[in-house]
Amino acid sequence: MSAKKATHAFSKRPSRQKSFETFIAGFYRVATYLVIIAAGYIFINIAWNGSKAVFTTKAPFINIAFLTQKPQTLHVYEPKEIYNELKSINAQIVSTKAKSKALGSGEKEQIAMFKADVEALEERYEMLDEERKEGRLMYSDSEYRKLDESPSEELYAYNNYAYSGGGIGPAIVGTCLLVAGSIAIALTLGVLCAVYLSEYSRPGRMLQAIRLSIMNLSGVPSIVFGLFGFGMFVLFFGWGVSMIAGWFTLAIMALPVIITASEESMRAIPKGFREGSLALGASKWTSIRTNVLPYALPGILTSSIMGIARVAGETAPIMFTAAFALRDQLPWEGLKEPTDFFFQGVMALPYHIYVVSAKIPQNEYTRNMQYGAAFVFLFIVGFFALSSIVLRVKIRKKYKW
Amino acid sequence: MSETSTPTTRNESEKPTIIEIRNFDFAYGDSQALFDINMDIKEKEVTAFIGPSGCGKSTFLRCFNRMNDLIDIAKIKGGEIKISDVNIYDKDVDVIELRKHVGMVFQKSNPFPKSIYDNIAYGLRIQGVKKKSALDEVVEECLRGAALWDEVKDRLNESALGMSGGQQQRLCIARALAVKPKILLMDEPCSALDPIATAKVEELIHQLKKEYTIVIVTHNMQQAARVSDKTAFFYIGKLIEFSKTDDIFMNPKDPQTEAYISGRFG
Ligand SMILES: Nc1ncnc2c1ncn2[C@@H]1O[C@H](COP(=O)(O)OP(=O)(O)OP(=O)(O)O)[C@@H](O)[C@H]1O
Ligand SMILES: [Mg+2]
Repeated sequence: MSAKKATHAFSKRPSRQKSFETFIAGFYRVATYLVIIAAGYIFINIAWNGSKAVFTTKAPFINIAFLTQKPQTLHVYEPKEIYNELKSINAQIVSTKAKSKALGSGEKEQIAMFKADVEALEERYEMLDEERKEGRLMYSDSEYRKLDESPSEELYAYNNYAYSGGGIGPAIVGTCLLVAGSIAIALTLGVLCAVYLSEYSRPGRMLQAIRLSIMNLSGVPSIVFGLFGFGMFVLFFGWGVSMIAGWFTLAIMALPVIITASEESMRAIPKGFREGSLALGASKWTSIRTNVLPYALPGILTSSIMGIARVAGETAPIMFTAAFALRDQLPWEGLKEPTDFFFQGVMALPYHIYVVSAKIPQNEYTRNMQYGAAFVFLFIVGFFALSSIVLRVKIRKKYKW
Repeated sequence: MSETSTPTTRNESEKPTIIEIRNFDFAYGDSQALFDINMDIKEKEVTAFIGPSGCGKSTFLRCFNRMNDLIDIAKIKGGEIKISDVNIYDKDVDVIELRKHVGMVFQKSNPFPKSIYDNIAYGLRIQGVKKKSALDEVVEECLRGAALWDEVKDRLNESALGMSGGQQQRLCIARALAVKPKILLMDEPCSALDPIATAKVEELIHQLKKEYTIVIVTHNMQQAARVSDKTAFFYIGKLIEFSKTDDIFMNPKDPQTEAYISGRFG
């Protein structure tokens, strides 16, 4: 009591529970930071590597060719001398490493010597690599064809890399078309379904079962939706690998999220609005149309567009149904009939990323393409998310309660 | 139907019946909420329903415009309700027409999150009235009818949710008037209002009585005494006593009524 500290009725008293609380809060904080750091790393990594492909140092600062051109084979000419020397250095490094590995653990001196050798070689390699990058010539297909004569074979070593030149124009267009179409289908079907479930159906076991199965549907792996779409739309309906098959496959995949979210936002509308309009002589549908849907719209839009944007990033559902690895025409080019528009396959960013990163040999030239495509894709998804937020804010302003 | 200047309580018996309830039984699922109710509600009178909480006043009131249709388990067990000599639970009755005829004001005021103008115009718009001049006219007429015009005439296009609680409730009354009902049902319209706003609504009820038949549920005994011509006392789903307000409050015949009115339970 005495000289230590003045205490009063509300002075702090340490207790086990309080310190436990502090600990828990700290733990949550650490977990949150971990998530943020992981997400930040992913974003920065993609942005950093991708911006090399998307931005340029010259005037418009955006690599328009990359965004508009079709993917092409990249033709690379590297100075022959350097190319050969690099090759031999590489071989030396490999063989030295192999020798050092073959030695027993007793021969420390030998191992140290080999190690020094390797380091020297690697240093030289890096230096030459810089020179090679400065001295090389790169052409995409179209540029290559325009060349009057190819660089002399004596001075240059020639290699070509599929999908690494040109741009991702058709994939951007294809993705936007796929997303827009599936949003339209999924929103229409999903909202109709949600209106029925939340406003018309009779509550009971049956409804619970339906709800549960809809929710379960969102847990089905996307490849299963892909196979379903393939069986149903591509084969059974005979639509072939086509945009419309992709639309329906993506839409069906997004439906559970949309139905659940829409139903939730509709049920969140106070009962008073419905009763109020019904008591004024509105029919049930009129009351829903004028006094439920408009107020539920912000919620429906946000969650739905987010859901679709997420689904549109999936590769599996479009792999068998809508996506071509390479198609050198834009969707509106070379149509015989207007309906062909719906029945053509398109390129899509997620599938393109998959192809360039998993289906072809990896090298420094494909990397540019991968990251560039991923970066642009992030941008597009971000755009859809942003537009849903803007829409929501606008509608929210109109109807506030 | 003589229009004399004597107090209304004197010549009620001569007014025609507009709502006629005969042997009405009502249940939510297996639990019966109303038992064998018989009652005649006269035209252009205010009828008050009083009784302890949970005795079925709201349930009964919501039967008059078939709001209970919205509740799946709700079921009429027997009897009938006739409004203007039509059994409203007949198969060939259009609920929409019925609800236009029988307006309702809810306990919790529920203006739509739209402008004041749109709130009043709603009832007409859903009937397909589009003409601006016609709507303008009705909006003004209804707002005047609900004694609200002077307070809001300069802000018709502002959100109805920016109004005070009392104004919102009067807006709901005005909104109900827009579809030209004959009967107005009010379920505890003043329970969320302060005494001044309550006084305004009561004043309004006095006005409206000239043209509308009003049925009002209230927990406030003084209010029932002030606004109503007849009062019905309910207890656990049964109509215990129904007569002129003065009689019920001055000399109740049933001991339960007396106990409730004198505040000994409820
Ligand atoms: N939707 C419903 N489903 C099932 N039972 C209900 C429902 N609404 C009311 N009830 C029951 O019916 C009985 C009468 O309810 P009601 O709301 O009509 O009472 P009330 O007289 O209006 O009460 P209060 O004065 O508190 O508003 C109560 O026992 C109540 O539990
Ligand atoms: Mg009630």
